[in-house]
Amino acid sequence: MRHLMSPLDFTVQELERLFDLAGDMEQHMDRYAHICEGKKLATCFYEPSTRTRLSFEAAMLNLGGQVLGFSDADSSSASKGESVSDTIRVISCYADICAMRHPKEGAPMVAASRSKIPVINAGDGGHQHPTQTLTDLLTIRSLKGRLSDLTIGLCGDLKFGRTVHSLIHALSRYDNIRFLFISPEELRIPSYMTEMLREKGIDYEEVIRLEDCIGSLDLLYMTRVQRERFFNEEDYVRLKDFYILDKEKLSLASPDMLILHPLPRVNEISVEVDEDPRAVYFRQAQYGVYVRMALICTLLGLNPEQETIVSYQGGNAC
Amino acid sequence: MLNVGKIEEGFVLDHIKAGKSLSIYHHLQLDKLDCTVAIIKNARSSKKGRKDILKVECDIDTLNLDILGFIDHTITVNVIKDGRIVEKRQLSLPKEIKNVIQCKNPRCITSIEQGLPHIFVLTDPEKEVYRCKYCEEKCRQRW
Repeated sequence: MRHLMSPLDFTVQELERLFDLAGDMEQHMDRYAHICEGKKLATCFYEPSTRTRLSFEAAMLNLGGQVLGFSDADSSSASKGESVSDTIRVISCYADICAMRHPKEGAPMVAASRSKIPVINAGDGGHQHPTQTLTDLLTIRSLKGRLSDLTIGLCGDLKFGRTVHSLIHALSRYDNIRFLFISPEELRIPSYMTEMLREKGIDYEEVIRLEDCIGSLDLLYMTRVQRERFFNEEDYVRLKDFYILDKEKLSLASPDMLILHPLPRVNEISVEVDEDPRAVYFRQAQYGVYVRMALICTLLGLNPEQETIVSYQGGNAC
Repeated sequence: MLNVGKIEEGFVLDHIKAGKSLSIYHHLQLDKLDCTVAIIKNARSSKKGRKDILKVECDIDTLNLDILGFIDHTITVNVIKDGRIVEKRQLSLPKEIKNVIQCKNPRCITSIEQGLPHIFVLTDPEKEVYRCKYCEEKCRQRW
């Protein structure tokens, strides 16, 4: 049985197969409309995330499966003090696969260690968000045609932004990648990420002004400064509008640069940018559904078209 | 010069960084044993100038070498039998340590999950970096 905790859990070759499957699902949705009939996805969301939860649910429904779950800790047994370990043991009896979001870092890993069904990390605190990364990779691969030879600017909250950390890990496995980390001093990329890049010999630079580097980018990945990651409200208010991408700044960018954003967007991308063909963040959300469909099928061992990478045969584990 | 007598059976931890012997005493939970323990602080050392030494009169198997390796793998472990050194054990950095230190990250699942062991994994042997298995937070202070 296999889980997904980090985007690095899959090899580059396995990711290629996953993205091929997602691409096929995009082209031939009807071919997969019943593949998960009789299967249930449990969405265990200990903190609110309408977007990710609905994306998972839409993915399972597109595959003909069913969904059950909870959307915040208050409506789960966690409010009664139940541990993650106990909750997943119970959920294993109700569903065939589980997507878990938790504010505490490492919670899905604890769940996976006790689970009898595949567990997907749907975001754990500021740590990892692998399905967002798979979404980002599929978007880049589909719209740029490659995942190598790219200069990527990551802008905003690089300290707490888990999507950023996961994406850097994932892209660092491809050839000729260069990162530009654009953030205020207080939200700089953590040292363990830059240590990792230095060890791998990957080129990176840290800058403060977006205007100074936007012209050299193939991709600009914007992020929101998240209120829930701050212990101090004053710091949040001071930093939340540090970057605003507008038409003026975008005029400095290359005509084929792509703008990605994990969404939800607040002020960091002006709405006037939405109509620019380089703004692909809403298409990115659609790719998120395809990649989650491919992931669910892969972890359940339900991929009739290609070689399966897991042996799990489904069926409730209890 | 203060003289501390030889031990017949047990172990001597030599070349402990000066001033750190009490910390090691507690980490190894020697306070819970009822054997004789000598703590020698600030002894003269040709290698280090000053050093601490711990002499413990009990079976070597009661000693958790992983903890000791994690704390300071340069410490010399002398196994004593019949009043003589019969073995010098080499310490190495353990790949994983369980319940020796606690994760300080308030966002880590270990801060709320009952009964979950605090596990740190050696991620960079060269720089001696340990990270929490769950949240990957770096261990800031070894001892």
